[in-house]
Amino acid sequence: MRAMSDDAALYKQLATIRHFEQTVLDAFPKGAFYGTTHTYIGQEANAVGVLAHLHEGDIVFSNHRCHGHFLAYGGDARGLFAELMGKATGVCGGIGGSQHLHWKDFYSNGVLGSTAPIAVGAALAEKRKGSQAIVVLFLGDGAMGEGVVYESLNIASLWGAPILFVVENNHIAQTTPTELAMAGSLASRFMAFNIPAAELDSSDVRQTYTAAAHEFANLRSAPGPRALILHTARFGPHSKGDDTRDPAAIEELRATRDPLAIHATRLDAAERTAIDAEIHSTIAAAYAQAEADPLP
Amino acid sequence: MTSVLESLNRGLHAAFAEDERVYLIGEDLLDPYGGAFKVSRGLSTQYPDRVWTSPVSEAAIVGVGAGMALRGLRPVVELMFGDFSTLMADQLINSITKFPAMYNGAAKVPVVIRTPMGGRRGYGPTHSQTLEKLYLGVPGLRVLAPNTLSDPGELLKRAILEQDDPVLFVENKVLYPKAVQTAETLKDFEVEQTQTEFAPVHTLRLKGTPAPVLTLSAYGYIAELTREALTRLAFEHEIFCELVVPTQLAPLPANGALEPALLASLERSGRLLTAEEGTFSLGWGAEQLARAAQHLGNRLQAVRRVAAAEQPIPAARNLEDAALPSVEDIISAAREMV
Ligand SMILES: Cc1ncc(C[n+]2csc(CCOP(=O)(O)OP(=O)(O)O)c2C)c(N)n1
Ligand SMILES: [Mg+2]
Repeated sequence: MRAMSDDAALYKQLATIRHFEQTVLDAFPKGAFYGTTHTYIGQEANAVGVLAHLHEGDIVFSNHRCHGHFLAYGGDARGLFAELMGKATGVCGGIGGSQHLHWKDFYSNGVLGSTAPIAVGAALAEKRKGSQAIVVLFLGDGAMGEGVVYESLNIASLWGAPILFVVENNHIAQTTPTELAMAGSLASRFMAFNIPAAELDSSDVRQTYTAAAHEFANLRSAPGPRALILHTARFGPHSKGDDTRDPAAIEELRATRDPLAIHATRLDAAERTAIDAEIHSTIAAAYAQAEADPLP
Repeated sequence: MTSVLESLNRGLHAAFAEDERVYLIGEDLLDPYGGAFKVSRGLSTQYPDRVWTSPVSEAAIVGVGAGMALRGLRPVVELMFGDFSTLMADQLINSITKFPAMYNGAAKVPVVIRTPMGGRRGYGPTHSQTLEKLYLGVPGLRVLAPNTLSDPGELLKRAILEQDDPVLFVENKVLYPKAVQTAETLKDFEVEQTQTEFAPVHTLRLKGTPAPVLTLSAYGYIAELTREALTRLAFEHEIFCELVVPTQLAPLPANGALEPALLASLERSGRLLTAEEGTFSLGWGAEQLARAAQHLGNRLQAVRRVAAAEQPIPAARNLEDAALPSVEDIISAAREMV
């Protein structure tokens, strides 16, 4: 476990993701990056609270919105900036781009739902190898529209794959609200396959941390699939400049569901300011390094 | 005699015996059934922990195989019919063959997807197709099609154990009961075996015949029909041909080069006739012809393709026969060329 239970350490991770992503959104229009991006602003507590429980060797499969997962996994900000800039020093040498990252036991792919059987297969492989490693798979509410996800849930349950399905329900897929795309409930989708599903509607990292702790403890003692459904809020555009939502509704989310604001109250003001300053300079340095890095 | 089916079955057994990382996933695999075409027979009895009979979920079983391969195992996934490969195409195209390159060389996905293709069994439009052409040209995918000229099981075993690329292993259904050829059964032919990067290529000509005026090229089961056509062209029409039979359909040599054995034969004959069971346009033969044209220029005197009609394959025997290439089709195309 990456020993992230103390408040300052959790805050530091939340702030790293936030500041990284804000830098991406600010710099994109200036032409600093090439291609696409999907920022994690508003959802930081999910990655931080869940991935704090990883052991060395545990595996993460992520999706298009992977920067936050990658940074919380321990990925390097300079390598990620460089990947978005198409630099040789990027996480995947500039070949993958924003949605296609692989480092250590972290993998992401931008094809929605396609990772589900692969993550299940990886979990089954680790089980067969006797490695004790478990797999965490991040899915959005939109990805739950893909048929292969359900084939994979069935197989995960039948064959006892040690995997935690984490659904980040930000109530929207690109521009489509969940009500227009999903019949029935998220939890019942898992329960139909005998996969226990816990739900949390919170942007408080302590709560996601605790909910995930429960799932990981169960997974490690009785390996088999489990699901954690995290109702959450996306503050930024789907990609960049493509938010079709009512600005007032987004303001409301920012005011009530900001993981940084919620968690910051647990730190004293001076400590928070010091962390913010430190993160600002680390991210600025990572950005500057990536900018100076060579093309592939 | 050893049939192609027995050879493939032995190849699987040998791979399982040699390496504990080998797994088999697919529908209806358990003995006594042993898979719809029986290629996997005996494995579930001998290796019950490593043979997983699966739900009817082509996309997921291929994806599960991919995840296992990514994490160091050597899975084989059996697709009951090649027609159903469309259901797993996303896994193959957007994940399996992408990971090695898009993760900048840091990941390998050595999964072998085996599947029967082809008609002549009366199974109708959705269980008779030869669809591998849809996957030829997908970067990072090795497509292999065994034939009777060398040991199919050995090729399968090597694909599982000795290379790291994802493989689509295409088994023509009608090939299953055919005998694997031996020096004795091929005694009328001069046979040259060369090697592409991974798999064998065979060049055949009838012993004691004059210089070839035509090169025939075909793979898989159609190579059987083409060999028969070659013999009849010689005896009935005094048209002397060479036959070049590749086993690896993709990747092809870099930069548009011709397979060296095919180039060598064309240097002798100056004419190329390809035969395949996939549909006519935009297929395997078209690519061979394009490469031949590029490399031989005006030394290439004639080209032609024999392939399946561009229509769904009917179930009725006479209609199915008419839709698929036959020995007669190959002979008449050849006669028009010389
Ligand atoms: C198979 C597939 N279809 C469509 C897309 C295009 N696309 C990218 S993200 C997205 C919405 C995803 O929504 P969700 O899964 O809820 O994740 P979120 O973006 O909300 O984090 C879509 C439709 C895709 N990447 N993959
Ligand atoms: Mg969503």
